[in-house]
Amino acid sequence: MMNETEVQTDTPVIEVNHVGTRFGTAVVHEDVSLTIYPGEVFAIAGGNGSGKSTLLREIVGLQLPASGTIRLFGKDSARLGEGNAQDIYRRFGVMFQQGGLFSSLTLAENVAIPLKEHTNLQPELIREIVALKIASVGLPMDSATKYPSELSGGMRRRAALARAIVMDPELLFLDEPTAGLDPIIAAGFDELVLQLKGLLGLTVVMITHDLDTLWRVADRVAVLGNGKVLGIGTMLELAELSDPIIYEYLHGPRGRAAQSQYGT
Amino acid sequence: MIEHSPSVEARICIIGDSMIQCEGSWTISNLAALDHVLHTFHWPVVSELVWDTMKITAMDTGGAVLLHRTLTKLRNEGRRVSVQGLRPDFGELLQMVSSNWSRIDAVKASKSRALSQFEQWVSQKVRQTVTAMAFVGECTVEVFRAITNPSLIRWRAMFHSLELDGFLALPITGLLAFLMGVVIAYQGAEQLQRFGANIFVVDLVGISFLREIGPLIVAILVAGRSGSAYAAEFGTMKVTEEFDAIRTLGLSPIQLLVLPRVCGLVIAVPLLTVYADVLGVFGGALVAFNRLDLSLTEFLSRFEEWVALRHFLIGIGKAPFFAMIIAVVGCYQGFQIRGNVDDVGLRTTISVVQSIFLVIVFDAMCSIVFSWWNI
Repeated sequence: MMNETEVQTDTPVIEVNHVGTRFGTAVVHEDVSLTIYPGEVFAIAGGNGSGKSTLLREIVGLQLPASGTIRLFGKDSARLGEGNAQDIYRRFGVMFQQGGLFSSLTLAENVAIPLKEHTNLQPELIREIVALKIASVGLPMDSATKYPSELSGGMRRRAALARAIVMDPELLFLDEPTAGLDPIIAAGFDELVLQLKGLLGLTVVMITHDLDTLWRVADRVAVLGNGKVLGIGTMLELAELSDPIIYEYLHGPRGRAAQSQYGT
Repeated sequence: MIEHSPSVEARICIIGDSMIQCEGSWTISNLAALDHVLHTFHWPVVSELVWDTMKITAMDTGGAVLLHRTLTKLRNEGRRVSVQGLRPDFGELLQMVSSNWSRIDAVKASKSRALSQFEQWVSQKVRQTVTAMAFVGECTVEVFRAITNPSLIRWRAMFHSLELDGFLALPITGLLAFLMGVVIAYQGAEQLQRFGANIFVVDLVGISFLREIGPLIVAILVAGRSGSAYAAEFGTMKVTEEFDAIRTLGLSPIQLLVLPRVCGLVIAVPLLTVYADVLGVFGGALVAFNRLDLSLTEFLSRFEEWVALRHFLIGIGKAPFFAMIIAVVGCYQGFQIRGNVDDVGLRTTISVVQSIFLVIVFDAMCSIVFSWWNI
C-alpha cells in the first residue's frame, strides 16, 4: 500500500477541479473535484448512473465538461488533441468497458497498433513485445491470431488490457475491469493489476463498483453520488464515514463480506 | 521508474575485452535506434561476456525484451553471459520476460499454411451454401404455415414495409425512371434521325423500358434502399440480442421479421415498376416532342398500336421475383451477422452486390427463356 503522506508531495497526475456535467436537463456532475497522484491505484466508485464513466471520458478528453477544468499530466484535458498530442496519448492507456478492440483485427494486431503507429520499431521486435504483453495478461498464445468476436468476455477484457499497457504507459485507466467476470477471473484480474503496477510502476485509475476489487486493489477511493464526491480516502477511512449513501454502499451484505475478507 | 524523455539515449559500448556496458534509458522511444545498434554490433570473440547494466536509468518491457533477446542470442552462440548491476525492479521485469519467452516462440512458429487456407476457404463456401439453402427452406416452410393459418400473417409489419420500401421510394424511383427515359430517347433520337426513322423512338423507349429497364431500375434502387437496410437492421438486432429474445419467447424471427418484408416488397416492386414505366415513357415522349417533333398524340397512338401488351406483362411479371430475390438476400445476410461490428458493414455491402447480381442473372435467364418461346 502507498504511503499517503509520501504520495501527496508529488505533482498530481490528474487534477479534477469543480467539474459540472449536464446531459440536457439531467445533471450528472454538480461539483466534482479530486486529485490523483503518481503511483497510486485510485478507484472511482458509485452507484449506476452516478457519472463514473462520464468522468473518465472527461479526464481522457473524449467529452467536455460543462464547467470546471480537468488537467491530465498538467495539460488541459479539453485540449489534449492539440499540439504535441502524441506525447500525451502515449503516456496513458485506456481499457474500455466493452474492450474497444477493433473487430477487423486479430488480438495480436490489436495489441500491436500503438507500437506500429507511435514507434518505428522493427516488426520482429513489435511481435515479441506484443506476444509478451499477451502472455503477461494471462492469455493463451493460440488466442493471438483470433478475432475479438471469437474471444470470450474475460479474454476480450484481458486483450484490451494488453493493448492499454503495450506502450508501458505511466497511467492506466480501467473502466469497470471486473464487471461481468466470474469471481475467479475477477480476482485474477485484481492480482494482474497489482502485479503490473508493481512491475511497471503504473498509476492506475479504475472505475468499479466491485467491492472486492475496491478492498483488494485500491489505495484510495472516491465515491461519487448526487453529482458530487461523497467521500474520498482509503477504504478503511471511507468505512468510518457517516454519509448514508457511502454507508449503504459499503455496509450492505456484499460490502460486509468483502470487508471481512480484506479490510482487516 | 519509467522515464519517457527521449533525450536520454540508450547506449551500449565495450570496455576492455569482455565487458559490455549499457547506459541510458532502455525505453520504447529509444528502442528503434538501440535495436539497430545491437543488430550491427561486433561482439568480441571471447567465451565469456559480462554485461554491466548499472547505468541503465530506465527500462520498460520493450527494453527488457531487447536485452533478453540479445542475451539469449549470445548464449545460443556458445558464450557464457552474466549480467551485473541490474536494478532489482528491472531485474523483475527481465525475469518476467524470460519466464514468458518460450511461449512467445510458439506464436512466431504458428503461421498458417497455404493449403490450410484453401481448406478453410472451401469449407467456408460449402457452409455458406448450406446455410443459404437452409434459410430459403425455412422461409418456404414459414410461407406455407402462414398460408394455411392466415392469422400468423403480420399485417401491420407488412403495411409498414409497404410504406417504407414502396411509398417512400416513389420520388427517387420516379425521378430516375424519368431521367432514364429521357436518356434512352435522346441517344436513340440521334441515330434514328439519320435514317428518318423518327417514329421508331416510340418502339425503342416503349419496349426497352416496359420490358427491361423499368423493372431493373426499380430492382436496383430497391436493393440499394431496402435490401441493405434489412441486412443492417437485422445485424444490429442480432448484436443487441433481439433475435435471441424473439426465439426464447417462442416466436419465429422469419415469420416475424422476414415474411412481412418479403410480402411487402413483392407487392411494392411491381407497383413501383408500373409507376416507373409511366414516368420513363413520359420522359421519352417529352424528348420525342422536343427533338423529333413527334406530338404526344402521335407518340401515344403509335405506342398503343406497336408496343404489345406482352412487353408490359413480362416486365411486371419479373418484378415480384426481383423483389423476392432482394428481400431474401437482404434478410439472409442480416441473419448471418454474428455480433460483430464490421460484419454489419460487410454483410450490408454483400447484400446489395449479391441481390443486384442475382437480379441481373435472373433477368438474363428470363430473356433466354422468352426468346425460346418467341415472346
